[in-house]
Amino acid sequence: MANPENLLYSKDHEWAKIEGDTATVGITDYAQNSLGDIVYVELPRVGQTIAPHASIGVVESVKAVSELFSPVGGEVVEINPLLEKDPAAVNRDAFGEGWMYRVKVSGDPAPDLLSAADYEKLVTTA
Amino acid sequence: MYAPHTQSDIRDMLETVGVASLEELLRVPDAIALGEPLAVPRGLPELELQRTISAYAAQNDAAGYTSFLGAGSYRHYIPPVVPAIAMRGEFLTAYTPYQAEVSQGYLQAIYEWQSYVCLLTGLDLSNASVYDGATALAEAAIMAVNATGRRALLVSPAVHPNYRAVLRTYARGLELEVDELQFCAEEGTSGLDSLPALLAEKRYAAVVVQSPNFFGCVDVPGDSTRTAIEASGTVLIGVVAEAMSLGALVSPADWGAHIAVGEAQSFGNPVAYGGPYVGFIAANKEHMRRIPGRLVGRTVDGTGKLAYTLTLQAREQHIRREKATSNICTNQAHCALCATIYLAAVGATGLRRCATLNVERAHILAERVTRVPGFSRRFGAPVFNEIAIRVPDGTSAAAVLAGLQERRILGGVDLGRWYPQLADSILMTATELTTDGEIEALTGALGAIASGAIGGHAAPISGEASVVRA
Repeated sequence: MANPENLLYSKDHEWAKIEGDTATVGITDYAQNSLGDIVYVELPRVGQTIAPHASIGVVESVKAVSELFSPVGGEVVEINPLLEKDPAAVNRDAFGEGWMYRVKVSGDPAPDLLSAADYEKLVTTA
Repeated sequence: MYAPHTQSDIRDMLETVGVASLEELLRVPDAIALGEPLAVPRGLPELELQRTISAYAAQNDAAGYTSFLGAGSYRHYIPPVVPAIAMRGEFLTAYTPYQAEVSQGYLQAIYEWQSYVCLLTGLDLSNASVYDGATALAEAAIMAVNATGRRALLVSPAVHPNYRAVLRTYARGLELEVDELQFCAEEGTSGLDSLPALLAEKRYAAVVVQSPNFFGCVDVPGDSTRTAIEASGTVLIGVVAEAMSLGALVSPADWGAHIAVGEAQSFGNPVAYGGPYVGFIAANKEHMRRIPGRLVGRTVDGTGKLAYTLTLQAREQHIRREKATSNICTNQAHCALCATIYLAAVGATGLRRCATLNVERAHILAERVTRVPGFSRRFGAPVFNEIAIRVPDGTSAAAVLAGLQERRILGGVDLGRWYPQLADSILMTATELTTDGEIEALTGALGAIASGAIGGHAAPISGEASVVRA
């Protein structure tokens, strides 16, 4: 699946959609595909303050347990309630219904986030 | 697989710490080296050794005492079928199975243990067991902290003092705050009525309540307290130090516990000084990913046959490394097995009858002891198999217990040891093993001790004639 142009990407395979001071965060299609069937997602808590690149959650697939690193810093304002009941939504639609949480961004979004084109290069050379 | 260090690993490590050889690393400094052989006696022939050790063992005459001890360790009947099965070679390991799936029989036994724990606690899932009731509580507290992101715990003062001590040890390392509730001295309960106000701030990860509590009293939250616990998003940890009570009282899930922990020694495991005992943890589904230790699941293999397997291991150290939810990665396999065989042998009906018998014996004990002038019930709340007894004015629990011990009776536990304001009270336990004759011996001795103690006082403690009956 193509990496949408309107998102920013981290080298840890997370995406962020920045709208005003809010960022919606998830993992990329490349990440979900590498992980395999996702059976559990542990998200940060609403109200929690997170730093950019901090480990703030866990994705567990039938193959492995991986950590979630936030591409942005700020306060978590919403988590995707669907993922508790249906973690496979991340497999089906990583950029859509499989979104993970929303952050009220404080400070500038991390400057090391990549464009869709640069992220594409990262995963094709990986 | 055992992977020993290679020579180059060893070289790298020695270089890192800055010593030339393994010998140099392990050399005892001259200043503290003994410099002569250890003063250990010579080896003995088997027969001589047996005589020596038997002579030591004969000094231990605890079995010759009549016991009313409880307070976390309970004398219960162990049907011979328990050791007969548990001692089979196929089962005889204290350790959790590694190469686990090869040990299908042991996994099945653990699965059955988990099922019993779920049935008895009323909760959804349980693990393969942990060291003891106290560590089970500490692990549950960590689960609650991880689930809520809060760093404080609110604990009833009527939770077993040893359990609270272990909890504090864990909490210190994790930098968790541990607060205690106000004790209700009249009822012998936790003062749970004050909970709603304390929880309003949503500061506490968990409330820890034990029932029956350390004083033997049924001690569970009422409806309004439960509503406050739910509304504040606090985890209610229910502690059960006497698992036999689960055969007679409502389950922790029924009184609102989200996580239930406790000690299952009462099922098929003897009282032993220092254990080993066996802790259980059960939780509702919400906490499935946080329950520590091993979990056995039932599934089918590639050919569709029933099979048992370790499951949900993603929380464990060998996968999550330092991010594991707990450093528990073993269980009390053999003790849990004994408990499982016990429960299978007595069945639901047998367990209920045995538990009911405990209630009856404790009430007979209470009634007869309080007929001895000067002795009374310390608390008002209903009890399972333990009662706090206040000793006559002018004496102390310690003095009464010392007098009983001279008469070869272990009369119970001096509550003043943990609660200075209760130095006038003894915690006495009766189980299905407690006979009328033992109670008669106890009341006779109590009467003699009390009249001896009163002898030196001007006024008798009671106008009643000192009639001691069993």
